[in-house]
Amino acid sequence: MEVVEKKNKNKKYKPILEGIPDWPVYQLSKNRKEFIEEVAQKSFNRVKEVRPTTKQLMDELEATVYREQQRMKRNRWRVDPADEPKFWSQIKSELVALTNKSAEEIQTKADEILHRIVSRYAAEIAGNFKPNSYRLTREIIKFWFSRLLNGARVKKFGAFFRNRYTLRDKIQIVGKAKQIRNLARVGTIVMVPTHFSNLDSILIGWVIHSLGLPAFIYGAGLNLFNIKIFAYFMNSLGAYKVDRRKKNLPYLETLKLYSTLAIQKGAHSLFFPGGTRSRAGMLEKQLKLGLLSSTIEAQRNAYLESKPEEEPRKIFIVPVTLNYHFVLEAPELIDDYLSVKGQDRYLPEQDKYGSWQMLKFLFKFFTKGSNISVSIGKGLDVMGNYVDDDGNSLDAQGRIINTRDYFVTEGRIAVDKQREDEYTRMLSQRIVSEYHRINRVFASHLVAFVAFELWQQKHPKLDLFGLLRLPEEDQVLSYEEFRAACKRVRKQIYHLKDEGKVYHATHLKGKIDLVIRHGLENVGIFHLKRPLLLSKQGNIITQDFNTLYYYHNRLAGYDLEKFV
Amino acid sequence: MTSKSLSDNKPVGVIGAGNFGSAVANLLAPQRDVILYARDEKVIHQMQAHHEIRGHKMRTNVQPTNDLEYIARECDVLFPIVPSAHFRGMMKQLSPHLHPYHILIHGTKGFDITLPEGQTLENTRKLNRSQVKTISEVIKEESVVVRVGCLAGPNLAKELAAGQPAATVIASHFNEVINLGKRLLRNDRFQVYGNNDLVGVELAGVLKNVIAIAAGALSGMGYGENAKGLLISRGMVEMVYLGRALGGNTTAFLGIAGVGDLVTTCNSSLSRNFNVGYRLAQGETLAEILASTDEIAEGINTVQIAKKCADYYKVRAPITGALYQVLFEDLTVKEALQYLMRYPLNVDIDFL
Repeated sequence: MEVVEKKNKNKKYKPILEGIPDWPVYQLSKNRKEFIEEVAQKSFNRVKEVRPTTKQLMDELEATVYREQQRMKRNRWRVDPADEPKFWSQIKSELVALTNKSAEEIQTKADEILHRIVSRYAAEIAGNFKPNSYRLTREIIKFWFSRLLNGARVKKFGAFFRNRYTLRDKIQIVGKAKQIRNLARVGTIVMVPTHFSNLDSILIGWVIHSLGLPAFIYGAGLNLFNIKIFAYFMNSLGAYKVDRRKKNLPYLETLKLYSTLAIQKGAHSLFFPGGTRSRAGMLEKQLKLGLLSSTIEAQRNAYLESKPEEEPRKIFIVPVTLNYHFVLEAPELIDDYLSVKGQDRYLPEQDKYGSWQMLKFLFKFFTKGSNISVSIGKGLDVMGNYVDDDGNSLDAQGRIINTRDYFVTEGRIAVDKQREDEYTRMLSQRIVSEYHRINRVFASHLVAFVAFELWQQKHPKLDLFGLLRLPEEDQVLSYEEFRAACKRVRKQIYHLKDEGKVYHATHLKGKIDLVIRHGLENVGIFHLKRPLLLSKQGNIITQDFNTLYYYHNRLAGYDLEKFV
Repeated sequence: MTSKSLSDNKPVGVIGAGNFGSAVANLLAPQRDVILYARDEKVIHQMQAHHEIRGHKMRTNVQPTNDLEYIARECDVLFPIVPSAHFRGMMKQLSPHLHPYHILIHGTKGFDITLPEGQTLENTRKLNRSQVKTISEVIKEESVVVRVGCLAGPNLAKELAAGQPAATVIASHFNEVINLGKRLLRNDRFQVYGNNDLVGVELAGVLKNVIAIAAGALSGMGYGENAKGLLISRGMVEMVYLGRALGGNTTAFLGIAGVGDLVTTCNSSLSRNFNVGYRLAQGETLAEILASTDEIAEGINTVQIAKKCADYYKVRAPITGALYQVLFEDLTVKEALQYLMRYPLNVDIDFL
């Protein structure tokens, strides 16, 4: 009995800007050198603002050198440049040489050193978008994906070279696709997707391309550049590098300014505002405010620098959720989460997947079931108000609001750091609630959620860690009981959908037995140990409680527990 | 900054010409021109003719209006001070004229409740936070204004009008709002403090009204200062518990809007809430008290709401509970007091 998927209505979109030379990201990389200099200069000014005295600046520089040397000693990566140790030891000796100099000399020299550091950081962060390499990558991806899909699915001789299936059958794009295309014409898009898997970057890259949008710039964790195949893709797609090991002030300011200035110059951008991949498998609850605040700053600057009669480019925030049946890294991610939560110790981020594993996974992914859907949310302005298709911000009653007014004090645009921090916090809450609203529930999420909650209910006295160590003989649920609970929760999900609080995949509808089967077949489909399956006796069992918990978490935060 | 340079700026608006509203208008007037919105034609007429409201002198640069569009157009800064029962309705009328550059600092000490159709406060058994909103939340729900603040503290309108020393706290998430409030309100006899816990300060201001009624009742029974000390300290604990359940921090309750306001209202026969309690203890019923006054004592509604919230969040609130029974069921003040004195609770402080 085959679970019938609704016919995929995905269509192909024409590019909104024909030639790559018109793309903002290309403009940016053409003037790469000037841009890096501008970023460095502004970061320099910013650090000086925050550390106005000579003493403060020297302390900051010394702390930066110390941290950098610690990082190189403890945690060096393949991508780190070879001349790094030399650069920092040079700076260190120059700083030491300053001890007995006059205050003026120190200030001049410290300024010069700071400038060198932020310039180095700016160059390190900057992406390098190359049109030819972009085109080539795009074609390679399209060609091979197509071969994989058809070779595996069409069971005929010569299937390998057929074009019956395309990536569009595999990845569904739902939601406000037309709106984002419109908005990209009238303003600058900042796309903020949820982050579950390292695959997200590639997936989003494909989504952006297939929506006909020009390439976006995005901050990708530097750790990804350790994997050569990723590094190649990402360099060609306009990624800039975010190094989460560096927490010093000059670096953070440079990073923020890079993103602010790029947005201000009209480069569509992509952030994963959760920071890193969601360790527990939950939708993000707490976002990183640093990069988010750069959108607000960029918008304020645009208003500040525009002439009175002209309307500056608006910035639109577009939340996106990625919905999977399966997350490759789930077992490691949940391990991380549990050990941190359980023993309060920190585990450094490690990526256990090299290029070969990734290719193997990709092959599996394209040859077997397990679809992915990408939900595009409604566009928001930087204050979190919905916008219409022309980019006008709307209030709850549908009246048009002027976003400029949020930055006005006594009739003039004013810079107020504390105010903008507060705006950032409000925006982040808004994005989180949009994630929950546009999230698409899959059958696999439903079964994982219900099964885990049922076990929890049967053992009310056990805490999470006790539950995860449940003896094997207790890890059985009768199918009837499971089925009834699934039905109740599904009903509540329908109810939430009617209230506009969540979406669900079309496969969630129909006979509950089929839905459960679909869910069981797909939940964590490629893991060695399956999180949930049907035993020979027809009962529900698990082989891996931790990953079950991970997939269950996808539906946390909707108050569905009491319906199980 | 001198008052001269500030008076060049746009006027400041006050919405609501009750006792507190008109006192605030007079406090603002030395710094800037003030536009005062009143619903009642008679009040406007009285102001235009004699510069006074209900016998209180108003400053000459306070201009009355009954046009919400006008006040929103002329002023960037508004102080809405209308009873909580009318607040949402007023906001719905005002909202079309508001823009994100407006700053609203309210001075209303009450809750807003939203119930499904057919339900009333009386026939609803329990209330949760999605039904009970603070006034700043109402402003944000009904309008595009985000820079919101609240004014709370021991501010008895009659003493303010007489120019006696006093202090207030302005709470807002935005330092901009706090600083503006300080600039506009501060003078030699009026000290202004700032606090970032907006909801905490709002809750402190609202919940103290419950204890104020209880204080009035003790006074009406003829009891002295020991009893009052007992009530204020235990009332404080109850406020903290309830306040935390509703989303405030403990610290707000220790400030001007908490202890400061509580001590004032519990000692003052000028307070409406205190008066309600006093008359209850004298043997009058709630219906009789309501019939004899046209002023609104926020505390009566607050007791109902606080009691139903306490039930929902399972917070121990014996004073509120007993007061609820006195007001809406037929417990006498004397019986309520007996009940409280026998209440098996003997931990002094367990929330810090």
